[in-house]
Amino acid sequence: MSETLLTTPFYSMHLEAGAKMVPFAGFDMPVQYAMGVKQEHLHCRAAAGLFDVSHMGQVRITGPSMEAVALALESLIPADYFNLAAGRQRYGFFTNDNGGILDDLMVTNAGDHFFVVVNAACKAQDISHMQSHFGDDIQLDVLDDRALLALQGPKAAEVLARLAPEVMDMRFMDARPVAILGHPCFIGRAGYTGEDGFEISVANDRAEALAAALLAFDEVEWIGLGARDSLRLEAGLCLYGHDLNTETTPVSANLVWGMQKSRRAGGQRAAGFPGADIILSEIAHGPAQRRVGLLPEGKAPVREGVALVLADGSVIGTVTSGGFGPSLGAPLAMGYVDSVHAAVDTQVFALVRGKQLPCRVCKMPFVEQTYHR
Amino acid sequence: MSNIPAELYYTESHEWLADNADGTVTVGITHHAQELLGDVVFIEAADLGRQLDAGEEYTVIESVKAASDSYAPVAGEIIAFNEALEDAPETVNEDPYVEGWVMKLKLAQNADLSGLLDAQAYSDLVASED
Repeated sequence: MSETLLTTPFYSMHLEAGAKMVPFAGFDMPVQYAMGVKQEHLHCRAAAGLFDVSHMGQVRITGPSMEAVALALESLIPADYFNLAAGRQRYGFFTNDNGGILDDLMVTNAGDHFFVVVNAACKAQDISHMQSHFGDDIQLDVLDDRALLALQGPKAAEVLARLAPEVMDMRFMDARPVAILGHPCFIGRAGYTGEDGFEISVANDRAEALAAALLAFDEVEWIGLGARDSLRLEAGLCLYGHDLNTETTPVSANLVWGMQKSRRAGGQRAAGFPGADIILSEIAHGPAQRRVGLLPEGKAPVREGVALVLADGSVIGTVTSGGFGPSLGAPLAMGYVDSVHAAVDTQVFALVRGKQLPCRVCKMPFVEQTYHR
Repeated sequence: MSNIPAELYYTESHEWLADNADGTVTVGITHHAQELLGDVVFIEAADLGRQLDAGEEYTVIESVKAASDSYAPVAGEIIAFNEALEDAPETVNEDPYVEGWVMKLKLAQNADLSGLLDAQAYSDLVASED
């Protein structure tokens, strides 16, 4: 395994900032900086954190009309993109014929094209999936010449407005082209930390200058993948490959909110996506398992892969993400349990090193989301 | 730079050991170990009275990143566990050699400190890992 890792345009800035680099989805990425995971996490919740998410796939999709592109996306994703207004973003997921999830993604109606951001590890698969299913009149352009930065936290808007005042007019899930430092960027008011914030797509050759300009503000610090994980877990957000995979359906994953009514039974464009029969039937009749939040009652973290059992030892589920929440000040986890045990306040046990650690099924998010709606 | 006190003994698995010169030793994890682990959030209480062989796992240290076993540097009986770590596990990061000690052992008859690393040897080991 001597495969060369890819690097993002921020690579040398990460090293200068004292980052510990790790392989992630084929990229050499910062897992933490000198501050450490816990302080980075708390900094993001208190001020503003800057994340290099350039490993994610940015794709521009065009066609004979916006309606044609929307319908092409809807043929693979059970969300409503036909009625997604220009300048708005919407979460979605590719499903397979078994109703499982191939990847989750963010889709933006950018006015004259759709702009899609997919997970790094699924990028190649997602692109070939779309290419093989879309008609020849739908054009996919992979934007390898663009970097992606996320600026997240309660100070994110104030900081970014110093460079681009018009971002103050945006609300959660708005997206638009914005010039920063005289260069065209594409900004969405979204993110994956539960905080207000922005994702900024910028040309590779302007990326370092933009990051440097943001980091020049006292409120802004680099945040690594380690804290990105604990932030998204506290926000109750799923990580593909862990909480979502081809064995989990949107229904079992509690992501039916991501399927607008037009795509559900009785809707104007109901079904018409892979696995629709299974998914719509699960909405009607309930899934076998459900994704739940879990609060361990003790102090020991309960991590991915740990079995969830009842007091009699019978297995009812598995933890898919878990660790310690610095803002929560306690361990937290999410996982899948048999639906009969998915009610809030149900007591279950996590089997850790041969001991049954009591956990309580809880509502998510664990830490309040502070989106600018 | 890693902090490696001259008067302590060390293991290749990054524990330190202080010889209390009364047949007992105090054990913890090194400054380098806590750096590798990152912010410590939980340390499983060691079982008092348990007899350990040299190299036997005696606790699990959980950080924000992962769970990591810690091993007995020498054979002995666990006679104390640092209960202050239950409420303040971060002490292992902040003060790994004094307030962040983990357990005390009563040395077994056959316990042998001569196989442990001295500060210089441990310093070389850490340097070779960087």
